[in-house]
Amino acid sequence: MTCEGRVWKFGDDINTDLIISGRYLDNYDESHLASHAMEGISTEFAKRVKEGDIIIAGRNFGCGSSREQAVVSLKGCGVQAIIAVSFARIFYRNAVNLGMQVYESTDAYEAFNDGDKASLDTSEGCLRASSGATEASLKEVPPHLKAIVDSGGLMPYTKFKLGIR
Amino acid sequence: MGKTVAEKILSDKSDKDVSAGDIVEARVDYVMVNDVTGPAAFDEFDSLCVPLMRDKVVLIPDHYVPNKDVASAKQAKKMRDFARKHNVDNYFEIGSGGVCHQVMIEEGFTAPGRLIVGADSHTCSYGALGAFSTGIGSTEAATVFARGVLWFKTPESMRFSVNGSVGRHVMGKDIILTIIGDIGVDGALYRSMEVEGDAISSLSLSDRITIANMGIEAGAKTCIMPADKVVDNYLSCRARGEYSAVLADEDASYVDSRQYDASELVPVVAKPHLPSNVSPASEVGVDIDQAYLGSCTNGRIEDLRVAAAIMKGRRIREGVRMIVVPATKAVMEQALHEGLVKIFMDAGAFVSGPTCGACLGGYMGVLAPGERCVSSTNRNFVGRMGDKDSEVYLASPAVVAASAVAGRIVDPSEVVE
Repeated sequence: MTCEGRVWKFGDDINTDLIISGRYLDNYDESHLASHAMEGISTEFAKRVKEGDIIIAGRNFGCGSSREQAVVSLKGCGVQAIIAVSFARIFYRNAVNLGMQVYESTDAYEAFNDGDKASLDTSEGCLRASSGATEASLKEVPPHLKAIVDSGGLMPYTKFKLGIR
Repeated sequence: MGKTVAEKILSDKSDKDVSAGDIVEARVDYVMVNDVTGPAAFDEFDSLCVPLMRDKVVLIPDHYVPNKDVASAKQAKKMRDFARKHNVDNYFEIGSGGVCHQVMIEEGFTAPGRLIVGADSHTCSYGALGAFSTGIGSTEAATVFARGVLWFKTPESMRFSVNGSVGRHVMGKDIILTIIGDIGVDGALYRSMEVEGDAISSLSLSDRITIANMGIEAGAKTCIMPADKVVDNYLSCRARGEYSAVLADEDASYVDSRQYDASELVPVVAKPHLPSNVSPASEVGVDIDQAYLGSCTNGRIEDLRVAAAIMKGRRIREGVRMIVVPATKAVMEQALHEGLVKIFMDAGAFVSGPTCGACLGGYMGVLAPGERCVSSTNRNFVGRMGDKDSEVYLASPAVVAASAVAGRIVDPSEVVE
């Protein structure tokens, strides 16, 4: 599957307070959370991000809190995938569990710039620039996580395990 | 080849012989959620229409209680209703509980060799008692409510040996901040930290909890210390059920081993905006607007005693405000009993009942633009305790108390001999 979106590029150690501040955790509503996504680092992001856009970041994306609201806020904005050099582990688990596509890739971080248009090719495991000039490979998702993602997330996976239709 | 504590506990809980890198589905002893991570888990769990594994579930409202506003009141009510609907015994209403991690420890859920997960990143605190504990998200908490198991990738382990005698005014906070300053905020990413040595053995359990609590600030999955007599003594009247200590084998394999001489450590501060931005407290010197003493990191009775000893007979500097928040009801009662609350109030501090509120910039101590806070909490990210143009300096209770008196961030020795 391929889908084009704008690249939003961020640096290292983008923490969960920057993604969604603790003061917005009093309400779990997706659109409320989406309207404040990335507010700690960009006042423009939540206003201008569109369905299908892609976040590319440096090391340790999502460090800090276990708040699943960080993933919910980005999903609510329409972000289709997050590609980072590395992820903080709880954020990574939350993303997989909620069906957000997450890939590790140093190549993508080095090759793409903020504002680029790019297409994610999940079957080939790569990110391609719409200009055709650039392509970055993405690290393969471990099989046990792929099983969860292929089930549609952790809840469908759990329903399958529990024999619930 | 010998095994690390993480490998042993995950082997025990999965009935397999696991090594670092292996992925296992393991039995969880307890799963805890709070009032901001719980509501999403409740909806997901109820959608499964299966019985709740109620003996494993612990519900602790702490982030926005007492209710901050209508929105937070709804979240707290959702937890209360869920507890009632499913007959959850382990629900801690305000007035009986407090900050979740301290409640988990005081109430004896936490013990050596256990596997505990919590929908709060500081769940790693229980490693101080020799448990494998780690933070998870709401959705996976819901699946543990239903199945009592969760998948884990067995982490590689790093060993930190801290030996020698710990100097005056040096606390667990200074040890963990020094380590994070060395390895960075992703220095232990995906890994288990094992912290040991005679300096760790000499610490109070409270100081050890501070160290384990902040393992996540280096990205660690868990941060474990050897369970010893100090842990056994603490648990003698409170552990729920049996437990047995799990210690690392002598020939266990570590991806990194580091040595620290405790006698060389000094009181330190993590400056804005990362917990790894560490400097000696004596070199910081900036003026402060607020001093905060509390949280799962440093809101225990031992922390309050250290701060009160520094503040006794002294006043908070004019122009500075101080907020003291004992982590639980039990801590608050003990602080009242020992006269610590009076010492803080006589010094000019505001003392409140337990809540996480200010630590996450929620309420009860939020910072205005340009304001600076020295805080015994765990994160100093941009906007963590309030406006994005405010600043948080992380420090031990000793540094927080001394700085409140001095009006600027100082080494405690500047205020007391």
